[in-house]
Amino acid sequence: MFLAMGGIETFDEMWGTRAELRAPYQSFQTWLEGEDPARLRAKQREAEEVFRLTGITFNVYGRAEAEERLIPFDIIPRIISGPEWQKLSRGIEQRVRAINAFLYDIYHRQEIVKAGRIPEEMISRNDAFLPQMIGVEPPGGIYTHIVGIDLVRTGDNQFYVLEDNARTPSGVSYMLENRETMLQMFPELFSQNRVKPVQNYPANLRRSLAACAPATDGPPRVAVLTPGIYNSAYYEHAFLADQMGVELVEGHDLRVVDGRVAMRTTQGYEPIDVLYRRVDDDFLDPLNFNPDSALGVPGIMDVYRAGGITIANAPGTGIADDKAIYSYMPEIVEFYTGEKAILENVPTWRCSDPEALAYVLDHLEELVVKEVHGSGGYGMLIGPTATKKDLAAFRKKLKARPANYIAQPTLSLSTVPIFTRAGLAPRHVDLRPFVLVSPEGINITPGGLTRVALKKGSLVVNSSQGGGTKDTWVLED
Amino acid sequence: MLGKTANGLYWMYRYLERAENTSRLVETAQRIALTRSSGNSDDEWGSVMQSAGVFEGYRGCHDGVSKDAAIDWMLRSPDNPSSLFSSISSARKNARLVRTALTHEVWEAMNGCYMSAQKVLARKVGERDLPGVLGDLRQRTALVRGATHGTMLRNDIFDFARIGTFLERADNTARILDVKYYVLLPSAYSVGSNIDNVQWETILRAVSARGGYRMVHGNQVSPRDIASFLILDKRMPRSLNFCALKIRDNLNYLASDYGTRPPAFRLADRLVRRFLSHDIDAIFEFGLHEYVQNVLGALAELGQQVEIDYRYYE
Repeated sequence: MFLAMGGIETFDEMWGTRAELRAPYQSFQTWLEGEDPARLRAKQREAEEVFRLTGITFNVYGRAEAEERLIPFDIIPRIISGPEWQKLSRGIEQRVRAINAFLYDIYHRQEIVKAGRIPEEMISRNDAFLPQMIGVEPPGGIYTHIVGIDLVRTGDNQFYVLEDNARTPSGVSYMLENRETMLQMFPELFSQNRVKPVQNYPANLRRSLAACAPATDGPPRVAVLTPGIYNSAYYEHAFLADQMGVELVEGHDLRVVDGRVAMRTTQGYEPIDVLYRRVDDDFLDPLNFNPDSALGVPGIMDVYRAGGITIANAPGTGIADDKAIYSYMPEIVEFYTGEKAILENVPTWRCSDPEALAYVLDHLEELVVKEVHGSGGYGMLIGPTATKKDLAAFRKKLKARPANYIAQPTLSLSTVPIFTRAGLAPRHVDLRPFVLVSPEGINITPGGLTRVALKKGSLVVNSSQGGGTKDTWVLED
Repeated sequence: MLGKTANGLYWMYRYLERAENTSRLVETAQRIALTRSSGNSDDEWGSVMQSAGVFEGYRGCHDGVSKDAAIDWMLRSPDNPSSLFSSISSARKNARLVRTALTHEVWEAMNGCYMSAQKVLARKVGERDLPGVLGDLRQRTALVRGATHGTMLRNDIFDFARIGTFLERADNTARILDVKYYVLLPSAYSVGSNIDNVQWETILRAVSARGGYRMVHGNQVSPRDIASFLILDKRMPRSLNFCALKIRDNLNYLASDYGTRPPAFRLADRLVRRFLSHDIDAIFEFGLHEYVQNVLGALAELGQQVEIDYRYYE
């Protein structure tokens, strides 16, 4: 049923497959019919102006400061009903619990390997496995304080997890600013529809991080660690620090003083308890990882291992969102929760397996091939739209390093209308809900970030490759 | 507050002030060039660039001084770190760095100022557009200042912003005096030629002080009064004395906020005494040029000490 785009009718979240208006969009459609398209066009431009002035931009990797770009925002919301969301959030919660249990296990007794559910080399020979984390007890027992689960939809009742983001998921600032912008531009929509609020995310984030702090004498001190103003997500780092009311630090603001990680203030060094880091493991500590890193804090890992600071997310969580491990997620969920996974995985061929590789090479035109450690939509092949040359090149790559790739069927992703000059037009979307984890529990913000491929027919929603975003509504039922 | 944040605030407001001063200098020089009855005004642009502290850099990449090249260097050149555009870019870059310390309104005003500069300074600014461009950008920087006054808490964040502002402003006024000191010397008293009148007016315009001067001294323009107005007058917001008092005030607020009085405060205090304990005649007797040079040195030293005391860098 997933095979070949266009082989099956695309599910539109507003109009279904048979052009019948779906229930969650009823009230919105009534409003839309009463709107003058010219006014909406003006609003669309106004939204862009707001984003530009607020500086909600991202920097393109490897470019200079002048290259700050806007992520296009579309004014048509993506609407999810209350019951739909309930089922999704149960599945997300189950999955996130399993991911944390899995991480604890593989950095301790590795029961799942002993039970034969995951091959030993999938862990020990995985680049994302961090031997430095073996036996470490993260404060509060939490590994992934912040998770983004990427979901796609293919039908009325069919959702799949496309990817788990267990390192440093980004995009939450867009979720918040998109809502803020919609509230400002179309307040009447929020009187007519009962939309679950998202605005308490920063407060929840701060509470959740503080709840993971090591034992402290006063209230826990939290800081956000950014690689700096040229990082593509700098806006988000500053936004979250600002909204949480905590300091935004860079590596050179920090040093280890008397066994604590401390930040250089105008009045001397002050210790911090929880570091929400938005730098990769590799750059976290030049003494323990990449010695050339200027972004990190020398010795922070030693403080961490001694229980002197909480690092969120914990180092080494990348192994849980590795694309090869992804294919084992149904087993992982079952192993740790004793339940069947509520959310389905996209069927995945691991090219390290010779049989799977043979199948993938034979069906390359209909598959999506991804690098195991890739992200951001780079280094990926979309069979149905690839040229002969692309296909040949990928065949070569697959044969040379099969273990570096996985393949999945091309899903017929759902569409949601976007607003264009010519009226509404369907475009493919995905959804990234944001999940907070602490000893106090799991908190999922209703909705999340909807990314939309603005080009007709395109399946690539990544902002670095021409994707846009939408406000995402979850209705109170 | 992080040392880095103090640093970012300080430089954001220094660059903002510098942008304003540069635009005022260009505006003044252009006006003088247009109203001058005869002669080549290109030399004048050399001294304007000197006042802005950008002449050496200019000479590094140009053979001769021409009005067009000078205006472009001061307004747009990316090779000139103090050009109007570079200053606004740097102010905005620092604002991004300290975004969490700024109110939403200040950030938006700063970002709007930058966006406007990007637009109007994208191409060479023609003579006809010059007044409009300079006026627009000065309004934009004034908006940042207004938002700062209207929305920011009076805490250490504000203190660092003000210290940056007044150090830059004092530096600017001192440099104008330094470049033009010879037209203010007693030997020029009785000259009263047309050239001197133009020079004096240049000085007053460059610090937006013509109206203020008239209110205090009437229509009688004398070099002694001008020097006194720009150095000692406590009511004149761009005078050295005024700026020094403000710097000391803000360092004092910081000291009582933090409960310690670091060396920078003593330096600021010494600077203020310098203005309190002399009258203008004593300054002339000491030597105007040497005096201004001393002040410039003291300002630089003070800036460095603030940097150390408040841990701007590791």
